[in-house]
Amino acid sequence: MKIGVLALQGDFAEHIAMLKRLNVEAFEVRLPEHLNGLDGLIIPGGESTTIGKLAVAYNLMEPLKLFGQSHAIWGTCAGAIFISKDIGRDQPLLELMDIKVQRNAFGRQIDSFETDLDIPELKQATGSDRPYHAVFIRAPIIESVSGDAKILASVPDGRIVAAQQGHLLATSFHPELTDDTRFHEYFLTLVD
Amino acid sequence: MEVKTGTWTEKKGLAQMLKGGVIMDVVTPEHAKIAEDAGACAVMALERVPADIRATGGVARMSDPELILKIMDTVSIPVMAKCRIGHFVEAQILEALGVDYIDESEVLTPADEANHILKHNFKVPFVCGCRNLGEALRRVGEGAAMIRTKGEAGTGDVVEAVRHARTVLGDIRKLTTMADEELMRYSKEIGAPYELVKETKELGRMPVVNFAAGGVATPADAALMMQLGVDGVFVGSGIFKSGDPARRAAAIVKAVTHYQDASILAEVSRNLGEPMVGRNVSQMPEAEKIAGRGW
Repeated sequence: MKIGVLALQGDFAEHIAMLKRLNVEAFEVRLPEHLNGLDGLIIPGGESTTIGKLAVAYNLMEPLKLFGQSHAIWGTCAGAIFISKDIGRDQPLLELMDIKVQRNAFGRQIDSFETDLDIPELKQATGSDRPYHAVFIRAPIIESVSGDAKILASVPDGRIVAAQQGHLLATSFHPELTDDTRFHEYFLTLVD
Repeated sequence: MEVKTGTWTEKKGLAQMLKGGVIMDVVTPEHAKIAEDAGACAVMALERVPADIRATGGVARMSDPELILKIMDTVSIPVMAKCRIGHFVEAQILEALGVDYIDESEVLTPADEANHILKHNFKVPFVCGCRNLGEALRRVGEGAAMIRTKGEAGTGDVVEAVRHARTVLGDIRKLTTMADEELMRYSKEIGAPYELVKETKELGRMPVVNFAAGGVATPADAALMMQLGVDGVFVGSGIFKSGDPARRAAAIVKAVTHYQDASILAEVSRNLGEPMVGRNVSQMPEAEKIAGRGW
């Protein structure tokens, strides 16, 4: 299995390290031709405006949209923004998932937080009952899901922080900043 | 449900999100917008870029909170701001404003000639400058969640940035070949906390994100620093002291992403207009150099 990590900007090296821990071949993707031969793609955390501009500048928008039609893609934080249909402001989006996202929804850096989440699908897929410890950094929320998209996880006040639509996955938080590989394992189950 | 804020993971984590990116000095909301539109991953809000601090002289202090707030209102990307070395009240003020990162910076006039801020006392993360591994790990020991090599700010001369990056990264390479029983002596020699020296050896890299700064003026300079092995680049005077800031800023962003692709570097380096004039560091009197500030 070959998994790409979009390496335009952000914490792509952390995702690659997680994939290597799971003995998965991982590749940096900066140009359209780097998508060739990949079975899935992770879009890392970073600045969504920076990632979007660089994707446009290097003609990655259409190839990424096409890739997402038939391959698993997982966006974390900035990646969740980039993969969404609507963020209520003008910036480049892949519009692959039927989710509406709000950037920096919890506030500035001093409001960034860590907490435990209960994610039934994750427990089921990995056979582990431990709560999932999630790291949120200037995080977005998923305001709403529509179409085939379903909610995977919410914080206790009901705000949605993870969603899935078939082979597409979006998380507001950063599994790549933890020692817990379960979310990466879960993503790999979506890869054909 | 327990919610924790201001943790070490949170502080280090924001810097991890900035990796592979360019943090740009801006002195007005208009500059901040240009930087964001060019693809900056964060901006550093300040009243004068380092080149102007050098030219004007006098005491350089934390910027007017009004300016910082206006810049925070203008852009959606993280906003950093500088306080003087050791000036923990300026840092308290910046934290109260809600800036995303504080740079305890040698570019401003130091407020304490012996001590840096105890950065663990804050919820907001800090970045600090360094010239070698010992200085870097002392800052991390005080709570800096991100490090930048100092270079020589406001010169447009990359030579000091290269010297400091080569020193820090070379120190780490040496450390990785040392026997475990040599680490205490090495910690003593470089004046760094033993536990952090040990952690650096185990990781084979700086325990926090490490950017380059101080003298980067062109896409080639930025890619040079990336190829040397830093995680990203700060650009201060190099953008807004050049002929076409928007174009140069966008080119430097692209150069940091595609730092290993010489044909892309050639393409983005074309027609950028006048670079900042710059000052040759080797001909600069010692007293004018600011990298030596910090202890």
